[in-house]
Amino acid sequence: MEAIINLFTDAATYRLITIVILSIFLGIEVISRVPSVLHTPLMSGANAIHGVVIIGAIIVMGEAPSNDYVALTLGFLAVILGTLNVVGGFVVTDRMLEMFSKKKKK
Amino acid sequence: MESMILQLSYLIGSVTFIMGLKMLSHPDSARKGNLVAAAGMTIAIFATIFLYKHNGESLHNYLWIFGGLIIGTVVGTIAAKKVQMTAMPEMVSLFNGMGGACAMLISLVEYAKPEEKSTGMLVVIALGMMIGTVSFAGSMIAWGKLNGKIKDRTIPGGQLINFVLFGGLIILDSMVIMGLSAGNPMLFYGILILSALYGILFVMPIGGADMPVVISLLNSFTGVAAAFGGFLYDNPVMLTGGILVGSAGTILTILMCKAMNRSLKNVLIGSFGGAKAGAAAGNKDQGAYKEISLNDTATLMAYASKVMIIPGYGLAVAQAQHTCHELEKVLNEKGVEVLYGIHPVAGRMPGHMNVLLAEADVPYEKLLEMEDANDQMGGTNVVLILGANDVVNPAAKEDPASPIYGMPILEVEKADHVIVNKRSMKPGYAGIENELFFRPKSSMLFGDAKKVLQSLVTELKQM
Repeated sequence: MEAIINLFTDAATYRLITIVILSIFLGIEVISRVPSVLHTPLMSGANAIHGVVIIGAIIVMGEAPSNDYVALTLGFLAVILGTLNVVGGFVVTDRMLEMFSKKKKK
Repeated sequence: MESMILQLSYLIGSVTFIMGLKMLSHPDSARKGNLVAAAGMTIAIFATIFLYKHNGESLHNYLWIFGGLIIGTVVGTIAAKKVQMTAMPEMVSLFNGMGGACAMLISLVEYAKPEEKSTGMLVVIALGMMIGTVSFAGSMIAWGKLNGKIKDRTIPGGQLINFVLFGGLIILDSMVIMGLSAGNPMLFYGILILSALYGILFVMPIGGADMPVVISLLNSFTGVAAAFGGFLYDNPVMLTGGILVGSAGTILTILMCKAMNRSLKNVLIGSFGGAKAGAAAGNKDQGAYKEISLNDTATLMAYASKVMIIPGYGLAVAQAQHTCHELEKVLNEKGVEVLYGIHPVAGRMPGHMNVLLAEADVPYEKLLEMEDANDQMGGTNVVLILGANDVVNPAAKEDPASPIYGMPILEVEKADHVIVNKRSMKPGYAGIENELFFRPKSSMLFGDAKKVLQSLVTELKQM
């Protein structure tokens, strides 16, 4: 219970909650105007964007004590997986979209 | 100063994500939008590596960090460059799973840290781990199902098990929220195990037709998991990026559900799928269907003035998009107008067909969305259906008992002739019979889409 009350009394948390709510509306607003042709690249692009979780992995990795091998291994794995998500996601999306733009020139 | 630059980089990151998503939603700016978001991501990543400070302490273990980044970049680039366009959905699912796993690992390491944690932090860690794990496990199953490694399987009492697991997760999470978790790691690992099981079991019984919905849903899950990371580290860019994807993914999921006339609840509980298939099939008097020869098909098309091609998953499986474009060109040379009617959920993902046909250089203007395609159907002489099934099933309009009743379809019967290319009379992924095949206007042209199209091209060239 205390955790929930804290959400609204703590200034920093309150700021984060505001960001969350505004982002929700922003996401809805941006997406509802997409032609269905672009749904797959969009899904793929969004997939790459949530790869931002990599930042958490970098922090975990960077804060791990050099003798804590469990944290090091898990963090290292997290960095690899997160990078896969980001890089793979953006490259795949670019490949899809490249095909759309190629024909446009003709 | 350094922290100001870091915050500024995060702000830039958040803005590029919003701009990127926005630009991705217009055909002209889509590619640039993707690059904009990627650039913002790069800035945010490097700013974190060099400028992030916790309690005045910079990050260390640079060797490990860069090692991980390089391995991930090399493997990710190669995988993304090499993947066939037809295998795109499973690739997205795989990358999504990686993101989920990343969130899960972050929570695990954070939980194991010896330092004192507030209840709020524990809640954030637990929820991030739960959603990340469900997304990871679910995405792996979706990936396996899409590439055929895992077959559809209905577990007896599966729904009940899912309910129990879901209930269990809620109870455990509530215990964390109430602050009962202090010094009890069993609670945490319990959540981990239940989440993994739930992820697996909730995707397992879902049939191929629902896979796009599931991937989209899991995509938004991973977004939310990333956002929990944002709470954990008080990090605005993770929060904006994660929530944006979470809400955008949810909207996309709902749009897809609408297109297939299925409620999200149905998909979530996992009640749709293999189980219904057997019951619905074969309970109708099927009558007889007629076959058409390649030669007749070619003749019919050559003398038509307008041909509409309706692609489906069969086209993707057969990798026939290039041959399809060739057929289009041959017909064009003969003065036949060729258009494509694209159903929003044809294939395995919304827009799947567009991507495939774009790969084969089919001009953008020829790809008609469903409404336009239906408007043009009346003046069309020949409709050629390539491996599509449920999206042209008249039961969606006529039979209230049908599981797909109410789903908008391509109304191919408005055209003069309907030629259906399929490999066999097997029902589509929704597992229901298609009465269209037995209608007087329809004729069947059996065979692998690519082979059939190749033969059609040869026939037409000889004419």
